[in-house]
Amino acid sequence: MAKDKGRIIGMDREKFRMFMGKYGIGVILLIMMVFISVMEPSFRSTSNMINVATQVSINAMIAYGMCLAITTEGIDLSVGAQLALVSCVLGQLISGKGWNIAAAIIVALLVSTVWGFINGFLISKFNMFPFVVTLSTQLIIRGLAQVISGGQAIPITDTAFKSIYSAKIGPVPFPILVLILATFLMYMILHWTKFGRYVFAVGDNMQAAIASGVSIIKTKTAVYTISGLLAGIAGIIFTAKTASAQSNIGIGYETDAVAACVLGGTSFAGGVATVPGVLMGIFIIGFIYNGMNLIGIDSYYQSMTKGAVIIGAVLLDMVMNKKNS
Amino acid sequence: MEEKARADEAYVLECRGISKAFGGTQALKDVDLFVRPGEVHALLGENGAGKSTLMKCIIGLHQQDEGTIRFEGRPYTARGPVEALDAGISMIHQELNPEPHLTIAESVFLKREDTRGIFLNKKAQNERAEDILKKFNFPHGAKTLMKELTLAQMQMVEIIKAVSCNSRLIIMDEPTSSLDSEETEHLFNTIRELKEKGVAIIYISHRMEEIFRISDHVSVFRDGTYIGERPMEGVTRDELISMMVGRKVENVFPKTACDIGDVVFKVEKLSGKGFEDISFEVRKGEILGISGLVGSGRSETMRAIFGMAPVTGGRIFLEGREIKIRKPIQAIRHGICMVNEDRKNYGLALHRSIRENMTLPTLPMKQRAPILNKKQEEKECLEMGKMLTLKSASIEHDAFSLSGGNQQKVVLAKWLLADPKVLILDEPTRGVDVGAKSEIHSLMCEFAARGMAVIMISSELPEVMGMSDRILVYHEGKINGEVSRDEILSGSADQETILGKAFGGK
Repeated sequence: MAKDKGRIIGMDREKFRMFMGKYGIGVILLIMMVFISVMEPSFRSTSNMINVATQVSINAMIAYGMCLAITTEGIDLSVGAQLALVSCVLGQLISGKGWNIAAAIIVALLVSTVWGFINGFLISKFNMFPFVVTLSTQLIIRGLAQVISGGQAIPITDTAFKSIYSAKIGPVPFPILVLILATFLMYMILHWTKFGRYVFAVGDNMQAAIASGVSIIKTKTAVYTISGLLAGIAGIIFTAKTASAQSNIGIGYETDAVAACVLGGTSFAGGVATVPGVLMGIFIIGFIYNGMNLIGIDSYYQSMTKGAVIIGAVLLDMVMNKKNS
Repeated sequence: MEEKARADEAYVLECRGISKAFGGTQALKDVDLFVRPGEVHALLGENGAGKSTLMKCIIGLHQQDEGTIRFEGRPYTARGPVEALDAGISMIHQELNPEPHLTIAESVFLKREDTRGIFLNKKAQNERAEDILKKFNFPHGAKTLMKELTLAQMQMVEIIKAVSCNSRLIIMDEPTSSLDSEETEHLFNTIRELKEKGVAIIYISHRMEEIFRISDHVSVFRDGTYIGERPMEGVTRDELISMMVGRKVENVFPKTACDIGDVVFKVEKLSGKGFEDISFEVRKGEILGISGLVGSGRSETMRAIFGMAPVTGGRIFLEGREIKIRKPIQAIRHGICMVNEDRKNYGLALHRSIRENMTLPTLPMKQRAPILNKKQEEKECLEMGKMLTLKSASIEHDAFSLSGGNQQKVVLAKWLLADPKVLILDEPTRGVDVGAKSEIHSLMCEFAARGMAVIMISSELPEVMGMSDRILVYHEGKINGEVSRDEILSGSADQETILGKAFGGK
């Protein structure tokens, strides 16, 4: 017995820790998938998997933006409200004014991007706390959405617009294509561009980044602007899904995005994140909803489970990576 | 030694044979210190001589590895400043960090508040504080917020706090470093009053004239050892300086003579926060040493040149052309690079890879395509790692995983990749082991030989003297003299010359 101390499932304890530190999130994802499959075999079906991927595409957009913000030691709490504003802008332009869909979408994206820019500018130029800035702009943005819509839900009956969510290219729904494209672009931006390097450097050690000639203002402003743009895309998909423009949507969406980031190994201390990690975090959140629905567990328990899984995952990460503390 | 036969006298504090090591570095070696009741006992020594470490052992921030401390005749140990305070020892730190939103009364009675049941008794506490403040003729009332006080007044509150805790020994670490002359006088008056009450004071200062004015005895430290104690009466400034210096400069530095070319970099009458009227020039292939005490404005000047602090006056010339630098990126583009003394805060992103750290400043110059050319980047990093004999299994490892010396090499690498004309090194071998230290010294000579102008700030006299072609000595924000390598080699200038200038001598 004493011999086996320090060994876990045939692996050296230290190696096991490093393995779990690096791939722990993938292991959790797999365990979850196996567990839900056993409980409810229909989970494994292709149609269900496509269903989950389509659903998570909205949270994925938001989470990628959130990941950038968290990596620079910030947070973007305005994303949920951005969804509502984009939705209301679309409703007014398409149903109210009969605009062309493409033009309406461009304007809607512009609005959310500008709000992202405002967030970033306030945070970087005046050195304000991201939490406070985005908490405040969130109130303004949602207020704007209510003003634009007059508090009324506006149905968008245009089939071309609705097909943004429902159209399929072969067997693959359009939102999944957006998800794949966004994941690829985010991966390139974060891991293969100068900007990505600056994001990590600013997040890990802002003083050292300044001393290396990195512009904090440019980097952080770009981060929140991208987050705004991605929230805009999420808002379009969401509005196409519900076929109605509402000012009360997206409440609490920032929570799921933060959860996906944290599960995916994004460090709140800044400077540490990977796009594949966040993607896995997004799917874990998606599977919690989907799996529990399939098994037939009341939705009240879903948020409790989500909370417990996040704490468990972060705790695991802390224990496995304690060497780095 | 002479100091060992001291059994008879009564001391308030007796430290005998104190040793303390941090990792492989012996910070204190068999150190003694004897303080008499009601005296001002000055501690003198270069930076890193062990004064602060000894004080931290006394107030319990460190535990000594060997040796005993007796306080008021009884064996004494403290596991932290609170226990030291209970025993009757307080320390006034150089960097005060008061709670800005507390009142004076709350600050003085912090952690020993007047209470009535579970509630604070603010009235009684304020009255008590008022009484003490009156005794010290303090110009503010007990309800004044700490943030409204000047630095000198905050310091006075600390002293009042120490006295109200019935401290019989107060340690003051460079108490006058941020005071003007009037405030200093006020402090000295307070110190005299404390002496009359029988409070002993350990006074750490780099200002020789102050030590001569107010202390009764002085103990000199050097390289973690106790050199000796002298009564202030009869001792001369030169004697103290030679006690502080003591050692001979050993020629262990790999300094090679190389051709010194034209002036590359020149500053004229540069002023800013912490320094004024600084003029100097550096030539191609030259290593310019900057000596002086910590806080004398050396780092401040260089940080301002590098664009990390504002310049309020003066001009900077590079290769004969005047340049303006407001941000580090501008300095980097001009080919002026700086290795900061604080590696952890200004040098490295510790959780990122060696590769990412090395290439960060030069990405805009070397990676022009939208997508990073990681092949080229890797080649650069590997070459640089080889040249600097960086010891790491892979450039993909976190900078965190490296030893101090190898971390410093990564910092050097990131600036060498920028191909600098002027390389500023602020304490380049601080926190670096002996082997890496000598490697860094060799590299510096290599840089100079390649035509770089090297500016090196160092608090280690042997290092400055062994490595520099010329040495500028700072004293209180100004350049107070220059020493050339020839003067050092011929013996007409030595450590005492430099230290004398650093302490304000001519």
